[in-house]
Amino acid sequence: MSTVKLTVNGKAVSAEVEDRTLLVHLLRDHLNLTGTHVGCDTSQCGACVVHIDGRAVKSCTVLAGQAAGANVTTIEGIARGDELHPMQAAFRDNHGLQCGYCTPGMIMSAIDIVHRHGGELDEATVREELEGNICRCTGYHNIVKAVLDAAGRMKVAQAAE
Amino acid sequence: MGMEGIGASVVRKEDKRFITGKGRYVDDIKMVGMTYAHFIRSPHAHAKVKSIDSSAAEAMPGVVAVLTGKQIVDDKVGNLICGWAITSKDGSPMKMGAWPAMAPETVRFVGQAVAVVIADSKNLARDAAEAVVVEYEELPAVADMPSALKPGAPQLHPEAPGNVVYDWHIGDEAAVGAAFSKAAHVVSLELTNNRLAPNAMEPRAAIADYDAAEEHFTLYTTSQNPHVARLVLSAFYNIAPEHKLRVIAPDVGGGFGSKIFIYPEEMVALWASKKVGRPVKWTGDRTEAFLTDAHGRDHISKAEMAFDADHKMLGLRVKTHANFGAYMSLFSSSVPTYLYATLLSGQYNIPAIYAEVMGVYTNTTPVDAYRGAGRPEASYLLERLVETAARQFKMDPAELRRKNFITQFPHQTPVIMAYDTGDFNASLDAAMKAIDYAGFPARKAAAKAQGKLRGIGLSCYIEACGIAPSKAVGSLGAGVGLWESAEIRVNPVGTIEVLTGSHSHGQGHETTFCQLIAERLGVPISQVSIVHGDTDKVQFGMGTYGSRSAAVGLTAILKAMEKVEAKAKKIAAHALEASEGDIVIENGEFKVTGTDKSIALPMVALAAYTAHNLPDGMEPGLKESAFYDPTNFTFPAGTYICELEVDEATGKTSFVNFVAADDFGRLINPMIVEGQVHGGLVQGIGQALLEHAIYDSNGQPVTASFMDYAMPRADDVPSFKLSHTTTLCPGNPLGVKGCGEAGAIGASAAVINAITDAIGNNKLEMPATPDRVWHAIHG
Repeated sequence: MSTVKLTVNGKAVSAEVEDRTLLVHLLRDHLNLTGTHVGCDTSQCGACVVHIDGRAVKSCTVLAGQAAGANVTTIEGIARGDELHPMQAAFRDNHGLQCGYCTPGMIMSAIDIVHRHGGELDEATVREELEGNICRCTGYHNIVKAVLDAAGRMKVAQAAE
Repeated sequence: MGMEGIGASVVRKEDKRFITGKGRYVDDIKMVGMTYAHFIRSPHAHAKVKSIDSSAAEAMPGVVAVLTGKQIVDDKVGNLICGWAITSKDGSPMKMGAWPAMAPETVRFVGQAVAVVIADSKNLARDAAEAVVVEYEELPAVADMPSALKPGAPQLHPEAPGNVVYDWHIGDEAAVGAAFSKAAHVVSLELTNNRLAPNAMEPRAAIADYDAAEEHFTLYTTSQNPHVARLVLSAFYNIAPEHKLRVIAPDVGGGFGSKIFIYPEEMVALWASKKVGRPVKWTGDRTEAFLTDAHGRDHISKAEMAFDADHKMLGLRVKTHANFGAYMSLFSSSVPTYLYATLLSGQYNIPAIYAEVMGVYTNTTPVDAYRGAGRPEASYLLERLVETAARQFKMDPAELRRKNFITQFPHQTPVIMAYDTGDFNASLDAAMKAIDYAGFPARKAAAKAQGKLRGIGLSCYIEACGIAPSKAVGSLGAGVGLWESAEIRVNPVGTIEVLTGSHSHGQGHETTFCQLIAERLGVPISQVSIVHGDTDKVQFGMGTYGSRSAAVGLTAILKAMEKVEAKAKKIAAHALEASEGDIVIENGEFKVTGTDKSIALPMVALAAYTAHNLPDGMEPGLKESAFYDPTNFTFPAGTYICELEVDEATGKTSFVNFVAADDFGRLINPMIVEGQVHGGLVQGIGQALLEHAIYDSNGQPVTASFMDYAMPRADDVPSFKLSHTTTLCPGNPLGVKGCGEAGAIGASAAVINAITDAIGNNKLEMPATPDRVWHAIHG
């Protein structure tokens, strides 16, 4: 057992975990942040994507101990109070989700995609970048629309800041 | 149509919790004192269980129990059932072997559970499972149907000689024989419908909690139909009587059929919870999903079509072998029979049809309904056959279809179904226009100049949805009725709760069902909530599958709504001192027509509950329920056209365009309908190009993770152009047909027809991987 200290969604947290504990299980089982999901166990599906120090990472592929001292953001931490993150709003407005299970990972990956491409995105790029996130419900059509829509919204939001 | 009524693309009410990480799926739930189950599963496809030594595991700290198949059988937990009785052509009932929840003696597929470890944590349960020693005696296995049907093949169940579950048929063999004897042309095709793994993104999970004082169980489970689960667990598995078993299906992360069935893991969790006196949680991992979630499809078929000299269809003869895996899953028997062969007429006027279906056991994961369930297999077979015929006749495939379309309704097919309405020319026209079909030859030539092989493929599908008239399915062997129930509770201040037996696991019922209430009463959907997925709240329901929630579930809500409105109008008329017949409902108000007198819904509701001034003899309250049993199936139909290019050097396909023109009758929420189509199309495209659940000759699964099984990803598929044509379904008052499965039913034939058109070789099986396509081009 080890004590892992890190920052999650802006709050300092500490948890006593087995050394083999994965970050996703630290989040779900110890911190009750159940928005981050496990869909495959082999780092293929992306339902577990969170941000570590601002970068999208599959939290089923990171030991909790490796995240010690890091700044972790989960799906629960991206809205500002009642104000949804533009990516969350775009997923809702474009019907980019159905059962909702892949959605948190999709949104976290998509935010990272927009950040890395600086809002200059096209459909082909979004599709290629989403290769690591599997959705079984939407056929991706509306997810792609949502990401492109959010890229525009995030650009506007950034310009306003 | 109001802003939130029928036909409005209202943004979904349920989305907020999903996009903020506040969804509540089974694995998100924790209970005090909860234990964790880990199953010990057979690594062999066929073996005797010689011994299980759990002593070392039981001695480990934190291990609560190790329970075996022998114990669950000794405790008289029932064997898994198959709920649809099929009779073979010789009149004999289908032949089934017993399926205990954990195998006491013999395992028949890789992944079948033999024991379970219950421990204080997930990791402890896994560690202890490693310490359980199971000794097996391997038996010869059969992994595919040709091997299983060979004389002398290893036998799975003594009850099913030759590994044959049933040998069933439908239609008029003599009439088909006569049609072929006078045929000017005969077109034939042999094809395989590849086995698929359903892969809802949320793995199955269950939490069982036994209350010893009340002798009462609660089960949280990933189910599409919690009431059916309770019924089966009570009536057949001897878990508990219905009033002592509450089944809750909270947020469920996709189903696609795979979460209809009641699986061994839920049964074991319930049984174990009573045995250990603590809540038991099981959460499957992805490999367990590949090993144990019922697979889909897996047919081998031979089809022949007879045409007259004018290329009119005369008769269709089909022989299909359907792989059931090692055991008969809950509705498996109905899938390749009444959900498949009854759709073999497609959109065509075929005077005579005869189909034979042999159900076969193999040492593989059980096979059951997966999105479309039988109808994709029928559609794929027929649409490839028609395309093959067009090429043989050197005719435009659209024209050959058009020549044979059913144009008069109602239309009785030779295989049970009575199509109520449709306009197949309209959807074909819409799709051809959307893809600029007329311009294709020029585009093909231009592509050729660029060194690319371009092809176009059509698929004109029909499906039977709105499952189903209870009397009809009962006469065909179904063990349940397929009606739906609803209850509407208008609260004293006028907010409304709608309780439904339908279950939403992505379909958006929390929005679309509210839209009906908004349409009828003119109230905002924010004042309405949908209650589903809990047997303690909703009295009964048959759940969600077979594209039935709008046609059957929503119609039940409408029937209850009509009763609410009738009573509310009486109350309003009494309060307004008007005649009941003069009351109209507009924008949440009950108005006396032609006057300015009105009373708002909250006041009517309050009057119903205060009961100070109700019409003489009226009961207080404003709550009504209804059961709705459909009178016929519904028949969504449409045309999909795929245009793609094949790289001759690599065999890789690239989509150029994919259009869909569907007739779903009335659309409640077009945005949600289109989302359903997108998802279905990608499952159909996945089957056509990527997905295949493969076993080696010993029955070892080769594709048991997302590393090996090719799920469609965002860069594998195109965006789609959708359109709708409309013939209202006459069978239900809303005129809806259902949209959940269409994409998966129609898409795969369009893709394969396009590839075979591009490469000029019709001999191609799914999935059409680059390797297969390359070989089809280069031999």
